[in-house]
Amino acid sequence: MSERTTELADLVGEEHAATGRDYAAGFVTEIEADTLPPGLDESIVRAISAKKEEPSWMTEWRLDAFRRWLSMPPPRWAHVQFPDIDFQAISYFSAPKGDAPKSLDEVDPELLRTYEKLGIPLHERARLAGVDTAGEDAPQVAVDAVFDSVSVATTFKERLAEAGVVFCAMSEAVREHPDLVRRYLGSVVPKPDNFYSALNSAVFSDGSFVYVPKGTRCPMELSTYFRINAENTGQFERTLIIADEGAYVSYLEGCTAPMRDDNQLHAAVVELVALEDAEIKYSTVQNWYPGDEQGNGGIYNFVTKRGACLGDRSKISWTQVETGSAITWKYPSVVLRGADSVGEFYSVALTRNRQQADTGTKMTHIGPRTKSTIVSKGISAGNSQNSYRGRVRMNPGARGARNYTQCDSLLIGDACGAHTFPYIESKLPSAVIEHEATTSKVSDEQLFLCQQRGIDPEKAVAMIVNGFCRDVFRTLPMEFAVEAAKLLEVSLEGAVG
Amino acid sequence: MTLLRIEDLHVEVDGKEILAGIDLAVDAGEVHAVMGPNGSGKSTLANVLAGRPGYDVIRGSMTVDGADVSALSPEERSLRGLFLAFQYPVEIPGVSNMEFLKAAVDAHALGRGDEPPSAVDFVKRARVAAGRLQLNPDFLKRGVNDGFSGGEKKRNEILQMLILEPRLAVLDETDSGLDIDGLQVVADGINAFRANTNAVVLVTHYQRLLNYVVPDHVHVLADGRIVHSGDRKLAVELEERGYGWLAN
Repeated sequence: MSERTTELADLVGEEHAATGRDYAAGFVTEIEADTLPPGLDESIVRAISAKKEEPSWMTEWRLDAFRRWLSMPPPRWAHVQFPDIDFQAISYFSAPKGDAPKSLDEVDPELLRTYEKLGIPLHERARLAGVDTAGEDAPQVAVDAVFDSVSVATTFKERLAEAGVVFCAMSEAVREHPDLVRRYLGSVVPKPDNFYSALNSAVFSDGSFVYVPKGTRCPMELSTYFRINAENTGQFERTLIIADEGAYVSYLEGCTAPMRDDNQLHAAVVELVALEDAEIKYSTVQNWYPGDEQGNGGIYNFVTKRGACLGDRSKISWTQVETGSAITWKYPSVVLRGADSVGEFYSVALTRNRQQADTGTKMTHIGPRTKSTIVSKGISAGNSQNSYRGRVRMNPGARGARNYTQCDSLLIGDACGAHTFPYIESKLPSAVIEHEATTSKVSDEQLFLCQQRGIDPEKAVAMIVNGFCRDVFRTLPMEFAVEAAKLLEVSLEGAVG
Repeated sequence: MTLLRIEDLHVEVDGKEILAGIDLAVDAGEVHAVMGPNGSGKSTLANVLAGRPGYDVIRGSMTVDGADVSALSPEERSLRGLFLAFQYPVEIPGVSNMEFLKAAVDAHALGRGDEPPSAVDFVKRARVAAGRLQLNPDFLKRGVNDGFSGGEKKRNEILQMLILEPRLAVLDETDSGLDIDGLQVVADGINAFRANTNAVVLVTHYQRLLNYVVPDHVHVLADGRIVHSGDRKLAVELEERGYGWLAN
């Protein structure tokens, strides 16, 4: 290891006294909360269901999931290390006190201020942070704001309703659209799919529900902003997006949490359903609190995300930019059932300090001529561990199916690790599966070239990393691409102090 | 006016002395060619001027416009007008040439206390410079040196020089890897750059570039020292006789 590389490593991660300084979302909102005591048993599951005034079928559904969860072991195959979680020490529900606001005007001003500080407008005149300069023509974005266990506001509901689009909190959907929920909830990620999906199915709180009717192009971007605020509380949101025949929707989620010394669990389930000729584009900018430089605190982000391309020619595209969380365990996947359906996964995962990420995707080809593309960019700095784990499965009926996987790792310094775990399961000799993988380092040569041209090393590293991620950022909606690039820059730069 | 002054410069790489007492003075408006056999220390001289890590100054001084630059970081030297055209330009995939150049130009503007140029003005400037080097405008959109031919990489170095307008340009074997047409284009670029406010140090193994860019002074480097200096006729003589008669 050259001295130079050591300097570079210092630059990006270790010398920094307070990681918190560059985690702008790390503040706590002082608000009175209604929180269930820690612990999990059937009475807690019933209590959550009761708080949400759910019909009995939903309560039973949750209890069934809970009973299955009891007999399941947590997964241990991921390339991450952490002490066992005490599931009885976590509170499974926390919500700001008071009745649910019926309109935006009734939302607690303290909450509005919280989202304002985070750059998320909960009023309908403003645009999302970072796009102010785009002027009046900037696209409007509808936001569902989830604070701990409940949705506190959803904007643009009326305008969306005019187009026939349903965009609301999951708990509202259970009451207002029970047929759709009963039909599709758990249809893509079954309750016992895995330990965390079973847990989520038992105790899930809010999340977003989207239904785009036949032949409708959703008139604006939809987004959900998840915020964990309360201490010792898990967040278990549940999101279900259904694009009916020929529909199109683009959805974005963002997430942040206060800085705390304890780890907090976030175990979400997201299900996407695309019927014939429908298209769903799902983008995530994940910036949960990553913990400090010694690895204290931070969110455990154990998430199950899966989409089903049920209809012919349907398309589901996942884009994720993962910079936060102490541990990320997440594999947004696509089940390609419809003929000629398309699945895509574009990912940027940045880890630094003691962060650990084990993330990737599963593409399951069932229908004929199905096509999937995987582009994964892992960036590791500091003492972090960053793994890509991906499975491409070709079932016997997937005649003419194709997959292309590109998996690139970039190392900054050499105390970090990058790992690639590709699994290819083909029951179809004729399937075309291409896999390319590269590992590179931000080299001393690249850095010197930039410096020789007057660019300081921090800016140079940010520029090089952004260039490395270009293929993925391209797939994000414009304004979020800008946000993602900035977030990456802050995450790298923060280390310089 | 002396732009660059090097005095008794000793440089080590990995503990081994490569430059063993260099003295050189370059005035504004001049072009100096530094020639010499392989391993004589030519590239070391170019790199140590730019402040490349790993090149340790053991003794002596390097001043640009009267200020010693030995202790400055590479980017500080750049902001003071020192430019190095790399012998082997490195690739930065995904970062477009345009983006890279803009970052460099902005850093220089800020270094001078100026506002960075607007994107529109900058793009115009970059296009003009690219045209001068007979580079297609698409060239600016491609990743820095990514997939460039050897000749394109060298032209790209000169492009950066034309845009950054340094006080002192040190060109490290910019002629290597160029075909005849490329050599002509690069030479035209260097000649267009020449002015009485700047200076050029051409590090080269062969004298063919000197047919196009006529130097005011030619120095021969051997075993880490300048063993002979002369005018352009020296370069021609070297072409005919080789380096052997000087080195001993």
